[in-house]
Amino acid sequence: MRAILLASAATLLALPGAVAAQSMVGMDHGAHAPSPTPAAPGDDHTDHAEAPATALPEDTAKHTGHGSEEGDASEMDHSGHTMSMEDMPPGDGEIGTAPAPAPPEDHAADAIFDPAEMARAREALRRENGAFTGSMVLFDLAEYRVRDGGDGYRWEGEAWFGGDIDRLLIKTEGEGTFGEPIDDLEVQALYSRAISPFWNAHIGLRHDIVPNPSRTYAVLGVEGMAPYWLHVTGQLFLSDKGDFRARIEGSYDERITQRLIFQPRAEFNLSAQDMPAIGIGSGLSDFELGARLRYEIRKEFAPYVGIEWSRKTGDTARYARLAGEDPGAVDFVIGVRFWF
Amino acid sequence: MSSALPAWAQSGTSGLAAPMATVSGADIALSIGHVMIGVDGREGHAVGINGTVPGPIIRLTEGQKVRLAVTNTLKEESSIHWHGLILPFQMDGVPGVSFPGIKPGETFPYEFPVRQSGTYWYHSHSGMQEAMGMYGAIVIDPAQADPVAYDREHVLVLSDWSFLHPHMILRKLKQQSGYFNMQRQTLAGLLAGKDQSAAERRMWAEMRMDPTDILDVTGSTYQYLVNAHDSSANWTGLFTPGERVRLRIINAAAMTNFNVRIPGLPMTVVAADGQNVQPVETDEFQIGIAETYDVIVQPPTDQAYGLIAESIDRSGQVRATLAPRLGMIAPIPNIRERPLLTMKDMGMGRMDMSGGSGMAGMAGDDADGVDHAAMGHDMSAMDHGSMNMRDPSVAPQVKLGPGVATLSPMPTDRTGERPTGFENVDHRVLTYRDLKSLAPNPDGRPPSREIDIHLTGNMERFMWSFDGEKFNENTDPIPFRHMERVRVNLINDTMMPHPIHLHGHFFEVVTGNPGHHPLKHTVNVLPGGKVSFDLTADGVGDWAFHCHMLLHMMAGMFRVVTVRHEEEAA
Repeated sequence: MRAILLASAATLLALPGAVAAQSMVGMDHGAHAPSPTPAAPGDDHTDHAEAPATALPEDTAKHTGHGSEEGDASEMDHSGHTMSMEDMPPGDGEIGTAPAPAPPEDHAADAIFDPAEMARAREALRRENGAFTGSMVLFDLAEYRVRDGGDGYRWEGEAWFGGDIDRLLIKTEGEGTFGEPIDDLEVQALYSRAISPFWNAHIGLRHDIVPNPSRTYAVLGVEGMAPYWLHVTGQLFLSDKGDFRARIEGSYDERITQRLIFQPRAEFNLSAQDMPAIGIGSGLSDFELGARLRYEIRKEFAPYVGIEWSRKTGDTARYARLAGEDPGAVDFVIGVRFWF
Repeated sequence: MSSALPAWAQSGTSGLAAPMATVSGADIALSIGHVMIGVDGREGHAVGINGTVPGPIIRLTEGQKVRLAVTNTLKEESSIHWHGLILPFQMDGVPGVSFPGIKPGETFPYEFPVRQSGTYWYHSHSGMQEAMGMYGAIVIDPAQADPVAYDREHVLVLSDWSFLHPHMILRKLKQQSGYFNMQRQTLAGLLAGKDQSAAERRMWAEMRMDPTDILDVTGSTYQYLVNAHDSSANWTGLFTPGERVRLRIINAAAMTNFNVRIPGLPMTVVAADGQNVQPVETDEFQIGIAETYDVIVQPPTDQAYGLIAESIDRSGQVRATLAPRLGMIAPIPNIRERPLLTMKDMGMGRMDMSGGSGMAGMAGDDADGVDHAAMGHDMSAMDHGSMNMRDPSVAPQVKLGPGVATLSPMPTDRTGERPTGFENVDHRVLTYRDLKSLAPNPDGRPPSREIDIHLTGNMERFMWSFDGEKFNENTDPIPFRHMERVRVNLINDTMMPHPIHLHGHFFEVVTGNPGHHPLKHTVNVLPGGKVSFDLTADGVGDWAFHCHMLLHMMAGMFRVVTVRHEEEAA
């Protein structure tokens, strides 16, 4: 089992690379008829037609001098930019291959204004144009759960702080039944780094306050947007007791109208070994399949209703039965998704 | 409403010829300060100049010298950049490039000779002040007789206004890049037969691209304004039937390219970016941020005409009026259908599939502008139905990181094409190729070299850059020799238009009218397209070079261009 998990870990970590190179599949060429340049109806192009035909004599006359200028080919790689007729309208002069000048070491304004003042202004400009830092707090789930045998609650949220690439990521989730001690309470503190256009990798710690006895795990994971706008998170956990676990979550937003959104979601938890102290069996320990319908009153605030089927499997289900719990449940949920 | 308006921008103005609060002469005092403006029945905090939004028109004459003493009464640093003016670099007004900026309470004396004529504008180059109303028009009369004949003139400053602070707008975009898009494709739309087919939607979804992502900030938060008037305030410029009226139209918006038309009244474009062009008649034009167009209209009858400026994603529009008398209005047309981006906007050249046109034409047709080498693979690979949208070989100079979602595999020159949204509009629409400079281009030398600059980004993360590097990651200047002539190829690897502005220079946009290429200070590069311009680097010094979508610039799409004498550079 451990080997299988390690293999899946490798798959997980390979995921961003595999999907980072965006490919476009499914272009059925046969279905498309040839088409000319979409000449705009009513657009008067008659005056264009005559312009390119004649080259400016003075242009051609001046070319000759430029052949002698040796270009630095390494500086300018034009392999990707072969000029076609359309790229370079006829009649233009030939373009030389002179090398670029060496960039100056100094700053022009330093000769006129106090260099210290200019240095301060330059640093302010540098920070202002690109050095973003910010934060976001998002509760994807914050819900009331209607279930036979006792209503309960559940949340799943995260917060990030930082820039475009490097962020501190805090994740938390938990659930419980009203009138009883909380069933699960988990907090993660992660360093998140953007590793490709659509994927972040993260590394850090997870601490389960509940169930008891509490455990602490090292976390390695990826999170991002897979093709078809699937939001996917995959995490591997190695506990302070040497236990190895994993989790895969996915969700998708189907926009019915601009504000009404249907969100199917799924979560699978896996374990490499039995962990009887906390009621976890090896293999697939549990999964959840849910569907929620939310209405974005504002993008930041969206009440929702939904149903969720959760089921413990294998030995995990056996542990649950031994504890007198039902290993499966279908919940009706009502909640609010919010962020700021 | 009118408290913060200068007289010339008040509704019902009879034009610039009438007495009004312009500032002119050799000595001009400007004061930057906090003002309240009224939009849509609400009051908003704005930054104005001499107490108004827009600021006063600065009216100058070619050949004069001007001294502009700019006082900053804000609690933060400020600056004024004279957009499109040819001047010594230290007077250009970009803190951290041309000068240190103007601290609170300080006055900075700008002083320079006026070497040109035409319609220009000025705005803050500090923080988000421009998005908060700190902009105004510059009108420079030619020293000689104006080649453009007109009886009356009006200035129309287009802008966008949100009651959300621009910093908050940027924050929302970083948190959720589609935050302001309320015109997405929906399941309800699919069932109603609208927009893309299910197959097309699947293909776009697989690539994680949204064909409705046309502007980042939309009419869902913006009010669009003409001279700080919304549609209901209805800015009105007067005319007498039969007169030739010159409209000086300036796009001073922070994040909005506009489509501009006057239903029922053809417009003759006589200048672009302040530079005269051979008169060309059109019915509508798209104006990128920071561009200016001068048009002549000749309203023949005693009736009102609506001037309509709609955001290019058609999420909102503003109506102003040209009328013989105050109080007349023309009907406001229904806003037109929201356009969708196409394969061409991904830089796939002629492989535009959405319009029903297609690929088969590519097969053996090299003259069609399809550069197979740039695609990074051969046709057999394409037949297998896969095209790499992030092939490093098409842009070796681009640093491929999380901030670069795509590279255009086959960027094409789109200067002769109608911009986004005009594919099916049944009247004349201006393209860059229609613009031919009135005077012959001054520098006939062919470029001695060329450089590529890639406009890169990742919509999902709201990261924007040149060549894959945000300015905060790469502050190295792009060097030019003084008087060197260089072809610059701007290649748009994103699905958004980027109005790119080079300070301190005019460049010739290569549009296939050699010798008469239009001179511009700002060029709008269409999604997935490329624009080449020829530059004579005649302005010694350091200059800002950036996307004029203000939040793209602030996300990192900014560089410094430096022009030095050869001996200095060693």
